[in-house]
Order: sequence, then C-alpha cells, then structure tokens
Amino acid sequence: MKTQYPIKRIIDDEGNLVDASYEEQLDEELVKTLYYHMHRIRTFDRKAISLQRQGRLGTYAPFEGQEAAQVGSALALGADDWMFPTYRDHGAKLTFGADMTKTYLYWNGRVEGCVPPEGKKIFPPAVPIATQLPHAAGAAWAERRKGTKNAAIAYFGDGATSEGDFHEGLNFASVFKVPAVFFNQNNRYAISVPIEKQMNSETIAQKAVAYGIPGVRIDGNDCFSVYFEVKKALDYARSGNGPTLIEAVTWRTGAHTTADDPTKYRPEDQGKDIVEPLLRMERFMKNHGYWDETWMAGIDEKIKAEVESAVEAMESYPKANVEDLFDHVYAEMPAQLADQKESYLAHLRRG
Amino acid sequence: MAMEMEVRDVSQKKETTQFLTIVQAVNDGMKTLLETDDSVMILGEDIGKNGGVFRATEGLQEKFGADRVVDTPLAEAGIIGTSIGLAVNGFKPIAEIQFLGFIYPAYEQIMTHVSRIRMRTMGHFTVPMVIRAPYGAGIRSPEIHSDSTETLFTHMPGIKVVCPSTPYDAKGLLIAAMEDPDPVIMLEPMKSYRAKREEVPTGKYTVEIGKGKKVKEGTDVTLIAWGAMMTVVEKAAEQAEKKGISCEIIDLRTLYPIDRDIIAESVQKTGRAVIVHEAQLTGGLGNDIVSIINDTSFLHLRAPIERVTGFDVPVPFFALEEDFLPTPARVLEGIEKVVHF
Repeated sequence: MKTQYPIKRIIDDEGNLVDASYEEQLDEELVKTLYYHMHRIRTFDRKAISLQRQGRLGTYAPFEGQEAAQVGSALALGADDWMFPTYRDHGAKLTFGADMTKTYLYWNGRVEGCVPPEGKKIFPPAVPIATQLPHAAGAAWAERRKGTKNAAIAYFGDGATSEGDFHEGLNFASVFKVPAVFFNQNNRYAISVPIEKQMNSETIAQKAVAYGIPGVRIDGNDCFSVYFEVKKALDYARSGNGPTLIEAVTWRTGAHTTADDPTKYRPEDQGKDIVEPLLRMERFMKNHGYWDETWMAGIDEKIKAEVESAVEAMESYPKANVEDLFDHVYAEMPAQLADQKESYLAHLRRG
Repeated sequence: MAMEMEVRDVSQKKETTQFLTIVQAVNDGMKTLLETDDSVMILGEDIGKNGGVFRATEGLQEKFGADRVVDTPLAEAGIIGTSIGLAVNGFKPIAEIQFLGFIYPAYEQIMTHVSRIRMRTMGHFTVPMVIRAPYGAGIRSPEIHSDSTETLFTHMPGIKVVCPSTPYDAKGLLIAAMEDPDPVIMLEPMKSYRAKREEVPTGKYTVEIGKGKKVKEGTDVTLIAWGAMMTVVEKAAEQAEKKGISCEIIDLRTLYPIDRDIIAESVQKTGRAVIVHEAQLTGGLGNDIVSIINDTSFLHLRAPIERVTGFDVPVPFFALEEDFLPTPARVLEGIEKVVHF
C-alpha cells in the first residue's frame, strides 16, 4: 500500500525542488506568504507554551512541527469555505482569519474563544475526536444544495481514523458527493499510541478506497505540497466531484498538551531525522535566492509585536461575566433556568 | 344571505380538518413544514421510498423529492452529525431515528454538539433541528426497540424534549419544534401511533412547547403522565371515579422545560399526586416532578407523592413487557394509596 500511496512532495528535506512541474507556481510572493504564516503561528505556539508554564494560560495543545500542514491547507481555502478544526488546529484557524486574542482566550478557558469573526465560517474546535467529520459533510452538503461553489474542510489526526465518526463522515460525504476535503494530519501519535498500534493499514490515504473517493498521501512538512494538494482537492470538490481524503504525514515536535510528557512513550531519538517545515522552506528559499535577512527580521519583529499585543489584550480582557453561564444555552431562557440564574445572582449579591 | 354564509362556514370548517391518527398527524405536520419552508429537510433510515418503518414519512419523498426527503446510510451518528452541518448552514433538518432504542450511537453528537453549539459560540452558531424518535413498549417489538429514555435528554441542557399523546398535539408540537430556534427531540409513543383518531386542522398551527394540558378536571388527586401512559392513566381514573375518587389528569406534553405552573396549580388544589411513566424509576422524570411539587406545593400535600413507573430493569423482551409497563390496575393502587393515606 505504501507503494500505491507514495508520499508526494514538491521540495525535499534539503529544500531542493523535486517536482519541477511546480517551478513556475512557486513565485516569491507565495513562498514568502507561506513562510510568513508558518513563522507567525510558530511564534504564537511558542508564546502559548511559555504563558502556560508561567501560569498565565490553561493547558495548551501545541502544534509545533505541523505548521506546514496547517498553513498550507488554510491558505488553500476560499474566503467563503467552511473550516472544522480540532483543538490542535489553531494554527490553521489563525491563518484562515481567526482572531489571535480570542484564540488565546480559548486556551484560557474563555468561551469567547469559540466565536469566529463575523463572516468567517470557522467552527469551534472539535474536542471529542472525529465528531467534526460529519459536521463538515453536512455543511458541505448544504453548500451543494444551495448551488454554491463553497466547500468544507475537516481537520483530524491519525487517531481519529479509528473512530466511528470518521467512517460515518466520509461515508455520508461520498454517498451525497458533497464538496468536502478530509484533511488528515498524521503526526504518528494519538497522545501515546503510535500509528502502528492504531491501525493495521499501512497508510491513511488508502482508506479512501473504501469510500470510492480519491486518497492522496503527501509530505505534510512540505508546505507547497500541502497547499497545492488541498487546492486540487478543493477544485475537485467545487466541480461537483465529491470529497477527497488527504493524508499529510507530519510530526508533532512537542507534547500532546502541556500536561503531557512524551518522553514516557516516544523513543528519545525518534523524529530527530525529520526536517521541520520552517527550516525546510528556509533552505528552499536560500536555494532560490528568496531568503532575505532584512525581510526575515522585519516579519519577525512584526509578528512578535502582534503576538505581544494579543497576549496583552487577552490578559486585559474583561473578566468572564457570570451571566454568560446562563445566557447562551437557549434562545429564550426556560423559567426553571431563569430561576436558577436569579437565585445564584442573589447569592452573589449577598456576598 | 346569513343562512348561506353559515352553511359556507360549516363546509369550510369541514374542509380544514382531517380525521387522523398520531402517525398520520406527524406525517401531515412534516408535509406542512416541507410545503411552507424550502429549507426543511427530512433525514433518516428507510424514510424515503419506503415511507418509514411506521409510515410516518409515507408519500413525502414522492411529493418533495429525494433531495429533501433523504434516505440516509444506516448510521445514527452520521444522521445527527450531518444534520448539525446542515443546520448551521441554513437548512432545517428533521432527523428520524427509527426507534429511540437505536439513538445511542448519536448520543455523543447530541450531547457534545447539538445541545452545546449555541452555548459554545455564544449564539453565533445554532442548530435548529428536530429529532423524531418512536419510543416505548407495548407493541410486542423485538428487544431494544421499546426503550423510554427521555431523561437522557431532559438531563441535557440546550435541547427541549416533547412527547405528544394525541394527533392534534403531535402535529402542533412538531411544527412548534421545527419553528423553535433551539433543537427539539420529539418522542412519539409508538403504542399510540394508530390507537385513536381525532380532528386535526389542515395547514399550519402550533402547540406551545413548555405547556402541559389539563385533560380532566378533578378534586381528589392529580395524575401526571405523558405519551402512551395517558391511556393507562385515563383508564385508571375511570375506575377510580367508580370508587368515588375524583381524578384530575395532566398531560405534560413537554418534558423539558416542564410546565411547573400546571403541576403546582393542580396539586395545590388536590393535595395529592400520582406520577406515571414507563421509564425506569431511578433517574426517571417522576423524580423531577416530585421536586417541582416539593418546591412549589409542599404545604398543600396531604399524602406522599406516589410514582407508578417501569422497574429498574432493562426494558424486557416482549413476553414480559406488560409486567414492566404501568397498568391501570397499578395506577389505581397508587391512587388509592395516596387518597387513603
């Protein structure tokens, strides 16, 4: 199966172009945009870990190592497409237009973090694994029924493919030929369980055969490959051909969350040979004469300022309003809930 | 002239009602919704060409097309999960779960997404949808087909639960459920699906969610039930009347949010209550109703509240289902117990 689903890549670990058919499309603007976003979300991610260590943020799920997969896929989307992320895909969300302050707020236990900017169709992160796949199928189905050209992308990890909702989402999507892209980030571990224990199949891409849809396996650390394959799948979906399953093979550099210790389950030297996505793109840029230290220093400064300002806004955000505990459960609050709210507010007033 | 007008009115009235069973009223409700709102869709197993295993969707696919009345793959989580995606994106799904006993694969989708998406996004995304499921025992179904797990859903903040016992309420509650901005589960008493007929208006009308109905006035004891248990309670009340006990009967109709006022008003008058449900006693909705009476009417009580319910056992194979279900005789015992306390 690995030979039937070879890992497609456009640049190799040394940053050499290995698929010359993309040469013209890799113009400086695209390359720099992809790099910029990867650097931006990495800065966000590292800051989040640091804040958590200082007690300024709750438990956080880092994505370092998966920047190419998240940026490449998110930038391939059209502005009116739907995004169904997991709790590790805030890099993709930020790239697609989620608010950075609110993304930090989410990790600080604030429900405001789930509210997307007006007009941005970003669903709250799925926490129960794979449950978002049927949602993406449904939202895409609605777009098909409305006759638009919009599509939906669902993010999920390797562990998610063991869940029933993975099957039900792909099955519904393929039966109703909906414009959806199922974007798998295979980072090889579901918390502590390696992919060899997760499944007997050699690849995730091959599972597409069962649904009669295209399955493609790509190097998830090659941002170009991710960007162009997701774009291709979106075009395929928009043309009425139905969904695609993409397996982006990547590597989670750090822990599952800040509460996790991967040294308990990952051999120390595992992953050391993997060239992380930013370094790989840096090599490509140097090979092609796109690398510019002044530009790099400039974006670094700009991003650091953006992140610092988002952290500041997060920390000075108005305190959580106790009324929000009650006010968003129903459109119109049932009398019994209104009584509970009033009784609790009275309790608070009594001090 | 006046005579003519009157005659025309009567004939018009005749044209605007139909004599329907509960399952026909449910069908008519869905037909009305499909006719009046293009965004309404029906999803479920065997609901299209076959018209549903109870024929609740009979003729609807033929009339409204396979794009709107959709035979889905056999997957309850997929039905509810895709309904969520459709609902956040402008459609109004009515999802049929073939039997309530088969809803459990979808429980995660309902618990973690259907009921929470409004709260998780502070109202930015909502999923107005209706989940319909036939429930209950008493029709000699194969095992697992007869569950009555309403409290799995009344315990779940963010959704509403309704359970009609008459054709009129079935159609009116279904339309109200679809017009509600929040998701609603409608439990349909399959034992009563074809048990009785009544006049049901053609066209659109609603029965307010959250409101019970006083079915019978009485003075000595309040009987509270819903769904298929209404028939049992009514029979028990007839027998009690023969013994000189006057029963007031309340059909709760909505299981969340419960109509506390109708319960309190009645129990404050009668001073006694018997709650009847076919679900198991422990964790049953009867306990919530006892709490409501405790909170609102404690000093009016003349006897401890009695609950006549299914037992704390799985709903049995049908050879013993009549022993599991409350009967008029068991309800009558409950009535006599509270009256003679």
